[in-house]
Amino acid sequence: MDPSEKPRIATTGVVTPATPGISPEQKSTNGFDPTRSSSPSLSASIDKDELVRMYRLMLLIRRFEETCGQHYSLGNVRGFLHLYIGQEATGIGAITPLEARDYIVTHYRDHGHALARGLDTNRIMAEMFGKKTGLSKGKGGSMHIFDAAKHFMGGHAIVGAQLPLAAGIALAQQYLETDVVTMVFFGDGATNQGTFHETLNLASVWQLPIIFFMENNLYGMGSAVGRVRLQGADFSDVMGAYDVDTVSVDGMDVVAVREATQTAIDKVRAQGSPIFIEAKTFRFVGHSFADPGDQYRQKSEVEIWRRRDPLVTYPHRLLEYGLATQADLDDLSESVDAEIAAAVEFATNSPEPDLSEAFDDVYA
Amino acid sequence: MAEITIREAITQGLAEAIETDESVFIMGEDIGEYGGAYSITKGFLEKYGAQRIKDTPISEAAFVGAGIGAAAAGLRPVVELMSMSFSLVAFDQIVNMAANLRYMSGGQIKVPMVIRAPTGAGVQLGATHSQSFETWLAEVPGIYCACPSNPHDALGLLRSSIKSDNPVIFAEHSHLYGSRGDVPDDYYEIPLGEGKVARSGEDLTMVSYGYGVHILEQAAEQMAQDGVDAEIIDLRSLSPVDYDTIVASVQKTGRAVMLDTARRTGGIMSEVVSEVQERAMDYLDGPVMRVGSKDVPWPYNRNLEQDILAQSDDVIKAARKIISF
Ligand SMILES: Cc1ncc(C[n+]2csc(CCOP(=O)(O)OP(=O)(O)O)c2C)c(N)n1
Ligand SMILES: [Mg+2]
Repeated sequence: MDPSEKPRIATTGVVTPATPGISPEQKSTNGFDPTRSSSPSLSASIDKDELVRMYRLMLLIRRFEETCGQHYSLGNVRGFLHLYIGQEATGIGAITPLEARDYIVTHYRDHGHALARGLDTNRIMAEMFGKKTGLSKGKGGSMHIFDAAKHFMGGHAIVGAQLPLAAGIALAQQYLETDVVTMVFFGDGATNQGTFHETLNLASVWQLPIIFFMENNLYGMGSAVGRVRLQGADFSDVMGAYDVDTVSVDGMDVVAVREATQTAIDKVRAQGSPIFIEAKTFRFVGHSFADPGDQYRQKSEVEIWRRRDPLVTYPHRLLEYGLATQADLDDLSESVDAEIAAAVEFATNSPEPDLSEAFDDVYA
Repeated sequence: MAEITIREAITQGLAEAIETDESVFIMGEDIGEYGGAYSITKGFLEKYGAQRIKDTPISEAAFVGAGIGAAAAGLRPVVELMSMSFSLVAFDQIVNMAANLRYMSGGQIKVPMVIRAPTGAGVQLGATHSQSFETWLAEVPGIYCACPSNPHDALGLLRSSIKSDNPVIFAEHSHLYGSRGDVPDDYYEIPLGEGKVARSGEDLTMVSYGYGVHILEQAAEQMAQDGVDAEIIDLRSLSPVDYDTIVASVQKTGRAVMLDTARRTGGIMSEVVSEVQERAMDYLDGPVMRVGSKDVPWPYNRNLEQDILAQSDDVIKAARKIISF
């Protein structure tokens, strides 16, 4: 069946005007009702292979994260480990429409973004294990994944610190007169940092070619967004104050995110002015491995969101539309398992850095 | 007398202050509903209510600054930073405002607040999350700085920090939260600026604070097997530094090693070395040695991090340069 025969479901690329604050009943989901949201959309504008590839990425991220969790328990992965489980559709929808020349800057919940960008799975895993072959030579760890050659500029662990860096990368593009777009990821919690507001103003007043991509998973660690922000869910009025266009999208719908982002990218590339995208999403697990994630949110809330797990809804949709057969999906699953197993083997067998390497790369 | 952990000692000190002084309130990220990243304030919100236990947005500059303002207006805020590394976001408020307000107002304003934060490296958190800025802040006139090594001192220092009419940085080494020790039942305080001889010895004076004291204890035990009798001084406060106790010890031993678990260069222990050199010159049989972690950003890899960290072997190596054993 041609997917274009079905009506489009999710709203994408909608520029929202300022709306009033949310009611207390809506607080837990921030004005967004996941139960009323439909299954993921499909679109004629993305070809079949790409739609299927996006599913493979989803599986890759999910399994990568699960594997990291296992190896954390085994002591092979250490430090703070923030998993992306639940948010896969957002990162994939946001990153896959970028060109290779575009830049990505993100925060500590970065493995999903790195995999969606196509960073080498082996070398990400090796970084998790702190090995010499890791992307940051074992010195960065889970929160500090970098691949400058792929214009993946970190992995930053101080909340809000990545935003000015991204603005600077965008400034360089403006200065050099390229058409390169910079995309910076951050969470709802980061919007409470001064750097967020300062950077928005800078980007707006200088008209920088940047996409502010907020993954609103409704919690900053244990703090529900409605408890720490006036207006809770509604960021469009904040953006309005900075004269930055706002796009709101269902972060559990990979195609909706992708289309909204594609529109934004085209616009930023053509006009060079900033855009703010908010994706409403949810992490199914704790904030980090140290947090069971069940103290500050109701089981029922997690359950509601889990029903919209993109790893369940999206393949269902692919099957329904005849874009893949169960056998295709099984093959993908097997190939992902093989990729993850190979990455673990690579990381396990890689050497530790020599002690002398601690002194390398302090200066250029 | 009860044996408790440092975590419990700090919890007790905070609870006590909340219960006995209406002007004391606590604020910080995830200290209320979540119970604190290190569970120090677990159950506080339910027990003391939202006026006394304030969850803040992730806005260090704003809530540390607001703590300063509340203190200037007569309250006694205890502000928790989730990590000493995040103090950088609020550094302007701490250094330019908290420390300077009294002086530049000619003594009109006081800032009775405590800024508590877990500190230290060693658990593979990498460059941005492993830093020990208490060693920078200790240099700033107008603020005090405490850094306990055991539950007894943690409680005593926290009491005097909250009672102090000055801003106090209260640095809690994250390795030590589970560390146990006896705490008297009767009320006591430990004044800021009062160090203590943690182990007496005749041959060598070793000085540190916080987790560093535990490293010195390991080193002292090992040196004892080689017949060296080391004295350990626990500074307890990094500002003011108790020079009298250090100098008295050095007058006895003639030799000194200073340990900072933070980076070796530019920290407060460099300052201590320099001051002791001047004050005790006539008694010294050799240079005052300085041991610290190596001068690079903190790596994630475990082997690298352990190698960068100052360890008891480094202390012993430094000791061997000024005393033969
Ligand atoms: C300056 C600073 N303050 C606090 C922290 C601790 N911390 C790390 S992540 C986080 C929550 C951030 O939430 P959000 O921005 O919503 O991103 P999410 O983790 O939900 O993806 C906090 C408080 C930090 N890393 N940096
Ligand atoms: Mg969040």
